[in-house]
Amino acid sequence: MQSQLLLQLIINGLIIGTLYGVVGMCFVLIYKASQVVNFAQGEFLLIGAWVCWWLLTAWNIPFFWGFLIAVVFMMAFGMAVQMVILRPLIGEPIISVIMVTIGMSIFFQALMKWMFGTFAQPFPPIFPVDKVNVLGLQVQTAYLMSTGVSLAIMAGFAWFFKYSKMGLAMRATAFSQQVAQSLGISVRQVFALSWGISAAVSAVAGVVVGMVNGVSSALSYFGIKVFPAVILGGLDSIFGAVVGGLIVGLLENLGQYVDSQYLKWGNLYEIIPFYVLIIILMIKPYGLFGTRDIERV
Amino acid sequence: MAMNTMRPCGDYRTSYKADQTIFQTRLTMLICVAAVVALCFAPFFFSRYVLSLFIQIGYLGIAALGLNILVGFSGQISIGHAVFFGFGGFASAYLADKGVPVPIAIVLAGLWTTVVGLIFGLPAARVKGLYLAIATLAAQFILQDFFVRAEWFTGGTHGALAAPFTLFGYDLSGDDKYFYVVLFFVVVMYLGATNLMRSRDGRALIAVRDHYLSAEMMGVNLAKYRTMAFGISSFYAGIGGALYAHYVGFMSVEGLDILFSIQFLGMIIIGGLGSIMGSLMGTVFMVLLPEATGWLASALSGSIIDQALHLKSGITYMREMLIGAAIIMFLIFEPDGLAHRWRQIKTYWKLYPFSF
Repeated sequence: MQSQLLLQLIINGLIIGTLYGVVGMCFVLIYKASQVVNFAQGEFLLIGAWVCWWLLTAWNIPFFWGFLIAVVFMMAFGMAVQMVILRPLIGEPIISVIMVTIGMSIFFQALMKWMFGTFAQPFPPIFPVDKVNVLGLQVQTAYLMSTGVSLAIMAGFAWFFKYSKMGLAMRATAFSQQVAQSLGISVRQVFALSWGISAAVSAVAGVVVGMVNGVSSALSYFGIKVFPAVILGGLDSIFGAVVGGLIVGLLENLGQYVDSQYLKWGNLYEIIPFYVLIIILMIKPYGLFGTRDIERV
Repeated sequence: MAMNTMRPCGDYRTSYKADQTIFQTRLTMLICVAAVVALCFAPFFFSRYVLSLFIQIGYLGIAALGLNILVGFSGQISIGHAVFFGFGGFASAYLADKGVPVPIAIVLAGLWTTVVGLIFGLPAARVKGLYLAIATLAAQFILQDFFVRAEWFTGGTHGALAAPFTLFGYDLSGDDKYFYVVLFFVVVMYLGATNLMRSRDGRALIAVRDHYLSAEMMGVNLAKYRTMAFGISSFYAGIGGALYAHYVGFMSVEGLDILFSIQFLGMIIIGGLGSIMGSLMGTVFMVLLPEATGWLASALSGSIIDQALHLKSGITYMREMLIGAAIIMFLIFEPDGLAHRWRQIKTYWKLYPFSF
């Protein structure tokens, strides 16, 4: 029974971990392209999930189309945020930029609460079966789909940055904005597009989580959980974000196991990533795969 | 964040000493003293409601000043100020419960919070900028979790009772009497901060903010001053929190969430980063903002806008949105905050017909 529980938790951890990895990738994308630490990443998930939910329940649009519209909307939304709010702040100290994203985060969170209420709303059922049996374990269908989608997104990112013209332009911009500009890359476009992609992919993650747990403002907590993941992996490494996400997801669930079996402290799993975060910042602040150019103080 | 101080015509500074006075001119000093004296008579004129707003501005203003020393003067960022505020409150309640007289408990709580702040500020000695922001974010969640868990200290989820403020046997707990306690602390803490910024340590903090490499070459110990800024900021937060606890008589973990931390950030951004009086102005703004939305909502109740937006039920969210919007707007349009605007208004009057 115990090993069964442990196995279940490990599977859960991996599934949640891939989601953290996806959100972490979005976060790193913004950071790499435009050097902005986005504290409002969780709100992108939240808004995307609410928009999709609203389209499905209020307009009775089929899931596929509602999902697509939500993603396209979030793409436009992310670009709009970059152009309206972040663009005037280019060149300002990093503290100001951080604080603007914090302001955005509480603004949108409150707006969503106001528009849709504070209670978790379930998604209308999308799959005919709720749970499927994988190797003798009950796994939610939505989770299976989420893993599939996450892996697809990761593959898509890999392709995008390796082969597509825009992806290469983004990497060039991340390397050096001046050099990129001198080569004819529109840095403005790259910034806007990176925010757009990041918001759209976050919305996908938001919809997936919303399908399992229902849509509520708890979704924005993902945006905070992503910090341990990206710091662990290294702030500017997309691969690191995925690994960090997986580790954090596993760690949470293992923490829950240790907690429920031995310690009985309660809600250890929510707090354990932050202890890890502090330890990593103390001993290896550039993370597992990040570039080592942090200025030591 | 250049401090372009406006001085009257003909008032030239010929020595460093003259450049470092607490008050720029005799007149500013007189105005400040007069303002404090005038505030001493406030309880005779204002209602309890207005006094409670004053008290709120007082204890939040002290904590905001602490955050401004950290963010505005030493150029670091903390997204966990609320938990230090809360820690001060719990520590003071705990000490008062153990029999320490309340005025001493408040100061001890401040020192206690300093130690906690130094512990969480340790990453500041190694990393900077956004990494530090994330470390303080972790501090926010870890300490919040600690408050729920440590029942011996905080009373767990039930909260802790804080003894009323007494001095030499006199009970100073009502709004009209507690007002003087808060006023005393505000004056002492603000004078303390002004003095700190005149001293070698204060200048070192600003040097670390402006150009840390040059500061290090001048012999400023970066790690020491960065951590020290955390300590000072936590001390102010602790005192503010302790004053809050003894004012309300009760301290609970509720409300010490990240939103409260962001409110503190909002106060100093709106008031002006790196401005001591700006912290107070920002606090006034932030305290009056929810009140103003309340008045506005009740004024609009029953009208078309109210029916369309359900103002009554949405008012808490509207406040949060306004806080967020205010932070964004100020950072984009007025990054130096209200203090800067205030200086401009003063300059305008001083130079009135010839504004150049």
